[in-house]
Amino acid sequence: MTAVQEPTLIPPLGEPRPHPTPVAAETTLPNGLRVVVVPRPGVPLVELRLRVPFAASNARNAGVHAARGAVLSGAVLLGTQRHDQTDIAQLLQGHGAELSVSTDADRLVFGTTLLPGGLGPVLELLAELLTGASYPAGQVDGERDRLAERIAIARSQPGMIARSALAARRFGAHPYAIGLPDADLVSAVRAPALRRLHRERVVPAGSILVLVGDLDPRAAADTVAAALEGWTATGKAVETPPVGEQRVPGIELVDRPGAVQSNLRLGGLAPSRTDPELPALRLAAMIFGGYFSSRLVENIRERRGYSYSPRSAVEHQRAASSFLVEADVATEVTGPALLETLYELGRMSLTPVTEAELDAARRYILGSMALSTSTHAGLASTLSALLGVGLPADWLTTHQRDLTEVTVEQVQAAAARYLAPEALTAVVVGDAGRVAAELGTLAPVTVSGGGDPA
Amino acid sequence: MTAAAPELTLRHPIERFTLDNGLRVVLAPDRSVPVVAVSVYYDVGMRNEPEGRTGFAHLFEHLMFQGSANVAKMEHARLVQAAGGTFNGSTHQDYTNYFEALPSEALERALFLEADRMAAPAITEENLRNQIDVVKEEIRVNVLNRPYGAFPWLQLPQVAFETFANTHDGYGSFVDLESSTVDDATDFFSRYYAPGNAVLCIGGDLDVAETEKLVRRWFGPVPARHVPPLPHTGEPSPTTVRTAVVEDALAPAPALAIGWRVPDPVGDFDSYLGTVLLAELLSEGDASRLERRLIHDDRIAIAQSSYVGLFGDPFDVRDATLLTTQVHHPAAVPADRVMAAVHEEIGRIAQDGVDPAELSRVQARIEAQLLQQADSVLGRTLAFAAAELVHGRAELAGELAARLAAVSPEAVRTAARGLDPGTAAVLELRPAGGAR
Repeated sequence: MTAVQEPTLIPPLGEPRPHPTPVAAETTLPNGLRVVVVPRPGVPLVELRLRVPFAASNARNAGVHAARGAVLSGAVLLGTQRHDQTDIAQLLQGHGAELSVSTDADRLVFGTTLLPGGLGPVLELLAELLTGASYPAGQVDGERDRLAERIAIARSQPGMIARSALAARRFGAHPYAIGLPDADLVSAVRAPALRRLHRERVVPAGSILVLVGDLDPRAAADTVAAALEGWTATGKAVETPPVGEQRVPGIELVDRPGAVQSNLRLGGLAPSRTDPELPALRLAAMIFGGYFSSRLVENIRERRGYSYSPRSAVEHQRAASSFLVEADVATEVTGPALLETLYELGRMSLTPVTEAELDAARRYILGSMALSTSTHAGLASTLSALLGVGLPADWLTTHQRDLTEVTVEQVQAAAARYLAPEALTAVVVGDAGRVAAELGTLAPVTVSGGGDPA
Repeated sequence: MTAAAPELTLRHPIERFTLDNGLRVVLAPDRSVPVVAVSVYYDVGMRNEPEGRTGFAHLFEHLMFQGSANVAKMEHARLVQAAGGTFNGSTHQDYTNYFEALPSEALERALFLEADRMAAPAITEENLRNQIDVVKEEIRVNVLNRPYGAFPWLQLPQVAFETFANTHDGYGSFVDLESSTVDDATDFFSRYYAPGNAVLCIGGDLDVAETEKLVRRWFGPVPARHVPPLPHTGEPSPTTVRTAVVEDALAPAPALAIGWRVPDPVGDFDSYLGTVLLAELLSEGDASRLERRLIHDDRIAIAQSSYVGLFGDPFDVRDATLLTTQVHHPAAVPADRVMAAVHEEIGRIAQDGVDPAELSRVQARIEAQLLQQADSVLGRTLAFAAAELVHGRAELAGELAARLAAVSPEAVRTAARGLDPGTAAVLELRPAGGAR
């Protein structure tokens, strides 16, 4: 590719104006809870995120833990000694809030938006849930059965089948191999197990509360302290064990008879958020397939029309970061689409990118980071994720500076290490009868039967 | 209870002017973050497509990203993204929009790009064939290769409405897409993409006088063309129940969608607001009527939602439109039982009305949601643009929370009375085939 030729008609960019840097005020309560408050101009709202470490204690119980965690995240809202489920929902709603609770292999997160006047009452209700969620048996059963049905529906989505298959192939016995909780394990969850799990694991030590928006940091910190000082559960935060990923050669083909598309997925390790090679790898991933201006999109979408939204991304979990490639392609072009994808990965690894490609990707990453943290909600979620993996609140600033210093040579070195086809594990979900032979010309194929007929 | 503050988003003052070529321009400055959003709304959507050309509005949206007189293929994306910005476009029932969110120093570049394709997009045989393939992949991802694909937005209108405008497949049949020609695209552009048929809305970090100058510089030279009259898409209200069943070979569990005609979203706005609040009261959160009844009390559903407007935005549609209640339920529960419970809950509101305390909680929640949308420069710019195009007043987007806060319990009760079981359109989705 040659450097971008800009006809003179195209207006040049003006002088950038710096983004206001949010200032985080941090305190730690006597019970161990870290509290981070960020006042920010904007709409009169507050965004709340409470992150609780929630990893499985070992690989052997990871399946059961994932199932219980999934049920707990719905059932924690079912009631306390003082309020039933409807009372809780109404109390929140009156302040513009609706608590969402979610778990993954690393953490449990409580999150909501709320009108500023509701900060005290919403925090008091949160404290009541943290210290007194009662998990009423009959309602837990209903919540659990509904979750099992929702998992069955999620498992019928080809994107979910592909994601789960890739995670299982890459992570083997590690908890990260579990894409969705097992429906049978979910069906076995009972209320007493949830009460025990809550008691042992929903603890302030290691947890982080982030508040962003229309608030006064000192008053907000006092309100938090008053509301949450009674959360005194003792227990040990459990963090995810290290990952020893094995790259599995060849292609796993998950058979989905009759499928009109094939879901191509490639994945491998990437540098963690603290690894000095991360900025270079992020830029390599962006140039390869991270945005519309990338090589993969130009090739298999805009030149060949094989795919609607081919993409690549770097994803961070606490104990592993991943480089991922995804493309959903028409069944009849499955082989050619994988060939072009591998070609573009090989080209990234073996030949240098242009300065223009590097500059464009760099400006895009910096611009989109600024955009995504320019709302209360975006900043709150980003801060919660960063602090949750042990990074300081100013990591974004450091990372932005690091990105500006990356060279073409560093991008190629990172690509050679992390984007090389030989570094990646491959999964395809599709109609094996129609695509197995052509995929077999690119790499050995193992057919598995995980997918439902399409 | 928190009362909605009328100043809400009105502290973003609105400036507007119209160019000689008919382009309506709305500026909504707010300099708190150095981000600017540029959007162009063309007054043509899925409902304007001619027979035999289903999916054309959406296909044409794709063509608008293929370059233009002074912009090569792929360059539109590069020029926005290499400036640190993001972009997209989307096709709706009544409009098609294009937008960018960028660091404010890239404002003029975005105006150049939008003006260049408003004047002369690169409609070529090669680009058309390529984008027909891409759109077919989009339809495979979102409809054909997944369970519940496009349920119920592609199938329910066929049950609920009568006219081609309202009933046809807005994604398009593969037959219609493949037979599209460059001449079709050129005609479509010339008919619907006139500057006088568009609204340009710019929000965020901008200087009003300077921006007006830039807008005149880049959009002023686009020649004026005839503006097509607004098509009438309203229909007489239905008087009977209409039902249909779709079989989904990929779905593991059944689903149900019930649609009722609602007041004219533009012509009868006050009544319509009652319907919007009713949808929230029925389905938003654990405190809502249908979540409590279907999920928690009777345990006959897996998930439920109710919304106004085909894609869930009540304020970007014209007549005719629906309030849709969508329920996923276990195979062991008959659809009739779910439907009876839904009708009973709505009947209860029609009969007994709504407690003011319950309504004010719903109003507080909707206020927070509107504020959250307005916190993003792009989110509020798009809301201003849609309000200008559909309602003729961008300011309306900033007043919505206050208008909704003023809706009385009686208005919500009246809205519930409009959801007559005898005039509902009902679509049942049944699992078929080998799915477990």
